[in-house]
Amino acid sequence: MGFEVLFKGTNFIRLLEGLGVALRISMISVGISIVLGMILGTLMSLKNPVITVLSRIYLEIVHIMPQMVLLFIVFFGFSKVMGINIPAEASAIIVFSFWGTAEMGDLVRGCLISIPMIQYESSYALGMRRSKTYLYVIIPQIIRRLIPLSINLITRMIKTTSLIMMIGIVEVLKAGQQIIEANRRTSPHVAFGVFATVFLLYFLVCWPISQLSKYLEKRWS
Amino acid sequence: MNREKEVLKIEHISKGFDQLNVLDDISLTVHEGEIIVIVGPSGCGKSTLLRCLNGLEAVDDGHVYLGEETVNPSVKNITRIRERIGMVFQSYDLFPHKTILENVTLAPMKVQKRKRAEVNEEAKKLLERVGLSAKMSQYPRQLSGGQKQRAAIVRALIMHPEVLLFDEVTAALDPEMVREVLDVMLDLARQNRTMLIVTHEMAFARAIADRVIFLDGGHIVEDSDPGEFFTLPKTDRARKFLNTFTFDTVNKEI
Ligand SMILES: Nc1ncnc2c1ncn2[C@@H]1O[C@H](COP(=O)(O)OP(=O)(O)OP(=O)(O)O)[C@@H](O)[C@H]1O
Ligand SMILES: [Mg+2]
Repeated sequence: MGFEVLFKGTNFIRLLEGLGVALRISMISVGISIVLGMILGTLMSLKNPVITVLSRIYLEIVHIMPQMVLLFIVFFGFSKVMGINIPAEASAIIVFSFWGTAEMGDLVRGCLISIPMIQYESSYALGMRRSKTYLYVIIPQIIRRLIPLSINLITRMIKTTSLIMMIGIVEVLKAGQQIIEANRRTSPHVAFGVFATVFLLYFLVCWPISQLSKYLEKRWS
Repeated sequence: MNREKEVLKIEHISKGFDQLNVLDDISLTVHEGEIIVIVGPSGCGKSTLLRCLNGLEAVDDGHVYLGEETVNPSVKNITRIRERIGMVFQSYDLFPHKTILENVTLAPMKVQKRKRAEVNEEAKKLLERVGLSAKMSQYPRQLSGGQKQRAAIVRALIMHPEVLLFDEVTAALDPEMVREVLDVMLDLARQNRTMLIVTHEMAFARAIADRVIFLDGGHIVEDSDPGEFFTLPKTDRARKFLNTFTFDTVNKEI
């Protein structure tokens, strides 16, 4: 079935290394996106007209542009036009954070405006000042709504990292392709075995994350 | 208790939103142990008046005093003042991520810095008194509307407020749950609490009020004792308003 190839030499290690690269890039991007997304979402909820227009434009760009195009622009475009050479991994992190911040910001804004005014007021009416109201009443509610939504975003980011092989990064899918190329003659079914393994690896990473989100959603709903 | 003591003093307050003048030169003094029921047509400013009393809304003109202190959202000790004024709203406003017990104990612990053990003990006593012992560790979504409102009343009571404000606390309830909440308020009345109650339940208003305030067009149109107000209102406007709660027998055409 082609699985035997994986046990030849360092093949399996190479797949795992590829997975490691993909996870590293997505985790760094997720971290940046969460922090910047919280700031962006809070700013957007303030309903300042200038911020509203700018963030609308930003979100539209992110929605319209395929991530691949963004990757090419940052990795190839910037070095051509401006002479700045951005390494492939950094380009990937920039693009994924650019995308993730927009999505995260939108989620945070949605959660913030979904908390009814009366929640703030009933807290004030109990003598809680603004900081305590946010700390004990508003933020816990926002986090409960946000976590399942942002986990969904995280798994999508992990899956989308397969695009980064287009700018030469050897992540798990690229490593798999290399292994297939090298072993095509000796084992005719290598493609099946390798892709099945890659599938399994993605599954092993994303499945526990989405289970966690389901669990949290149930507990907090 | 001292019936002469002035708890809340409202002096010539006015309040508008944009073009709309909602409260126009309202004055009212609330004495200790007094129960004042405020009635009036929808949109006449009843909620706005209550919200001005605990500084959720700023008055444009005039003053509100709680004892010696000025009540206004912009004063520095407004949170201190709000501790002394309990308010229960029309919508169920419990904190959904906290259990009933946690809802009740949050403010005494975080605002008044009272000890958990002492607060828990008082919370349990109060919840028991309103029939919610069995619901303490449940979340608001597991409770009926009437149970949620009773819990919200306890959440206000545990702060030991000097005056309680109720803004149509039964208006959003199914009819069969109205009674259980009104009973809790009647129980508070027997404890000589000072209360300002906005309600559309006229029979209840008549039973509980020491004074009835009829608010219309931004003014206090009547300020009378309940017997007088409900049988012989002084003004046409009050009579018209009270008529909206009664129905004539339908005479069918033959
Ligand atoms: N934040 C606000 N901004 C603008 N207008 C407001 C605001 N709050 C209240 N109003 C207006 O002020 C008027 C009085 O409102 P208020 O809620 O005090 O009336 P109410 O007597 O409590 O009515 P109801 O019986 O329907 O609860 C209404 O016309 C309302 O639309
Ligand atoms: Mg109202």
